[in-house]
Amino acid sequence: MSLTLFLILCLNGLQYGLLLFLIAAGLTLVFGVMGFINLAHGVQYMVGAYLIFAFTGLTGHFGLALVLSLVTALLIGLLLEYVVFRHLYDRTHLDQVLATFGIIIFLNELAKVLFGPTTLSIATPEFLSGSIQLTEQLRYPVYRLVTIGVGLVVAAGLFLTISYTRTGMLIRAGSTTPEMVAALGVNIKQLFRIVFGVGAMLAGFAGVIAAPIFAIEPGMGDNILIVAFVVIIIGGVGSIGGAFVAAILVGLIDTLGRSLATELLSFVFNPSMANQIGPALASMLIYILMAAILVIRPKGLLPAKGVH
Amino acid sequence: MLEIENLHKSFGALTVSHDISLSVGAGQCHAVIGPNGAGKTTLIHQISGVLRQDKGRVALDGKDVSALSVWERVQAGLGRTFQITSVLPSFSVLENVATAVQAKNGSSLRFLAAAAREAALNDIAQDILTRVGLGARSGQQAADLSHGELRLLELAIALAGEPKCLLLDEPMAGLGRTESVALIDLLRTLREELPMLLVEHDMDAVFQLADDLSVLVDGQIVARGTPDEVRQNPKARAAYLGEGSG
Amino acid sequence: MDRSLVIGALIFACLLAMPVLLPLVGAEYLTGLLIKAMLLAIAAISLDLIIGHGGMVSLGHAAFIGVGAYAAAIGLESGIENILVLLLLTLVVTGGIALITGALALRTTGVYFLMITLAFGQMIYFTLTSLAAYGGDDGLTLWSLATFFGSDIVQNRGGLYFVILAVLFLSWFGVYRISQSRFGRVLRAARDNPQRAEVMGYPIARYQLIAYVIAALIAGISGLLLVQHAEFVSPSIAAWQRSGDLIVAVVLGGLGTRNGALLGAFFIVIVEELLSSVIHEWRLIYGPLLVLLVLYAKGGLNDLLTPAAQKGR
Repeated sequence: MSLTLFLILCLNGLQYGLLLFLIAAGLTLVFGVMGFINLAHGVQYMVGAYLIFAFTGLTGHFGLALVLSLVTALLIGLLLEYVVFRHLYDRTHLDQVLATFGIIIFLNELAKVLFGPTTLSIATPEFLSGSIQLTEQLRYPVYRLVTIGVGLVVAAGLFLTISYTRTGMLIRAGSTTPEMVAALGVNIKQLFRIVFGVGAMLAGFAGVIAAPIFAIEPGMGDNILIVAFVVIIIGGVGSIGGAFVAAILVGLIDTLGRSLATELLSFVFNPSMANQIGPALASMLIYILMAAILVIRPKGLLPAKGVH
Repeated sequence: MLEIENLHKSFGALTVSHDISLSVGAGQCHAVIGPNGAGKTTLIHQISGVLRQDKGRVALDGKDVSALSVWERVQAGLGRTFQITSVLPSFSVLENVATAVQAKNGSSLRFLAAAAREAALNDIAQDILTRVGLGARSGQQAADLSHGELRLLELAIALAGEPKCLLLDEPMAGLGRTESVALIDLLRTLREELPMLLVEHDMDAVFQLADDLSVLVDGQIVARGTPDEVRQNPKARAAYLGEGSG
Repeated sequence: MDRSLVIGALIFACLLAMPVLLPLVGAEYLTGLLIKAMLLAIAAISLDLIIGHGGMVSLGHAAFIGVGAYAAAIGLESGIENILVLLLLTLVVTGGIALITGALALRTTGVYFLMITLAFGQMIYFTLTSLAAYGGDDGLTLWSLATFFGSDIVQNRGGLYFVILAVLFLSWFGVYRISQSRFGRVLRAARDNPQRAEVMGYPIARYQLIAYVIAALIAGISGLLLVQHAEFVSPSIAAWQRSGDLIVAVVLGGLGTRNGALLGAFFIVIVEELLSSVIHEWRLIYGPLLVLLVLYAKGGLNDLLTPAAQKGR
């Protein structure tokens, strides 16, 4: 295998990892601060992808569509919070699972009704199309590079917000000692709404930037949600830093594994055997990683301190 | 009976147990007193295995139990109650105790016969409930008991494990006057056959029950002796009795 | 007399009579629906052992249906025909996988457990989709089915309906018996208050793991029966949405009750059938219906059928 291919895979893995981070960040904050387990978080990712599809079609302008999509994703998130989720914060995890499961069923079906069951795609925005020469042999699509850059910027922004602003301090305090935050006289409902809205928007944003790369289809948020859970388990619940490290790790391992497992196995097994086992093993890799982390560090790589 | 040697535990820079040694002999009640945050509950947690000590050992009946897990220590004969009442809320009072009796009587890997109809378990449980004064409440659901009754139920659960030594974490907490008096009486009769380590704020209870007293301040034992000796000890008075004797 | 026992007995009497009654009113087509409901009920009852009685919210239970089904299907493909041998194969494979994933998942509790079972379930699902030799994503049609020493009594044209009914009865009876046994008592104690159960002297994780494996075994058997009935197997039976359906059945029916999972499973199948006969996009109604039920109907269906006096149980 050539070094060029390896570098491309690493970049793809990094990009997938950042996408996962955008989703996992909201999920882990919402759980960390509110103790709320939101299976419907993945749906926000799907919503983002469909929104950019719809708004690009309507406006014909990616930038404008991007802004409209983010605002709409935020509004949808806040609407869901207002109508359903805020009634679930003091319920058991089982109730939360059940209700958010109902929302997934509804929104997946709604996407199917509005946009049809088939896979959709949108073109890479014109000004970001094409590819650039990174090294002598390596050309890489501009759009993917930009998403990596944007992902890193958002991650850094989130990290700074959580570390240095008042809201960030409250979020950190909320995920370790919620009683204290309430005792400080902070409007906890407002804080919940902010965290929830930001989480929904981040997931929607992930869907928006993923839309030109991956297929847009009903249920696209479900699988990535589960991978986001794996990220959270590996990183440690409620921890943004942990989510970041774990997301990149999972992104790289999954991407490299899918491309290389068969090839590596063919050193040990005969080709047909390797072709049989390779894909199965590749799809199991991140779960094996998760299991290993559970054995070594049951609380994750970088657990938030004293999470409930 | 129960020997604790050089128990040491710290969380980061904060040392919560500093080389604590004490022992509880047969038929004795050893009380540990100290101001809030002195590390009393942490001590109980280490003895019962909820927390693992950094250094030192815990021995029961001459046998080192330091490396055992919580349930193994209970099986070895170390019973305990909790500072914050801990029972099985959806179970009946009788079944709470019968479940503890079951741990000591035969295998729990029986999958078909209805456990609630096992007279052997229920009879022992009922006897224990009668002994702590809850005999008439056995059919009640545990969640429906009053706070005082719950403390008694906890004691009954601990007794059902046939302990060789009992760790009591503030058994008087939240009890009214008459309830306290009744519980002190009960513990006094129990003491004859069951050595106990008592962590308690209620000085009346401590002075009535304890044969030995250790004063714990900031994770360190600053004074020990009989209750009378400790009462005279200037260090103990300064650290604790001065503020808590009322 | 315990009223839940009467309700349970009535349900089974009806199910027993259905193959005779349905043809009389010309509604044989409903047999397939009943079988579907019974298979769902078997898996839901097994899940209730870990969720309802054990308090462990597993979101990956359908994976064990998939494992059981694929173990049976692969056995059939390799020429094993005797259903008892296939059953043994199913139990060994399902039990082994449950033992490993359960031991890992039980290193944690609560919401971690939920996420980890979901992740392991998904891992199993993707593994099944990558079995290219056995149809991969598309699944596998089975041209030969299991027999009971050569007899077709365990096939659709024989008495498969009654075999499934018998397994359902055994699961219904057995799981409730287990929950009331010494073992079940420890399991329920650990659900109520894990710390307390441990300080009673029980190594609770061991009991929870045993319950997890028992539940997986029963789900595996329902997978085997599913293969016999559908004469087809595909990874979709192990998808995480199926695990969600099982949770819906268990919760709607009433957690840890004698008939809860049974009623819940039939409720889901009937609601799905009714809604989908009215509107093709029935999920647009089903989803919000679930949300409403969670928000406003605590206690489950079983509660509606149980008089207030018995609600302690």
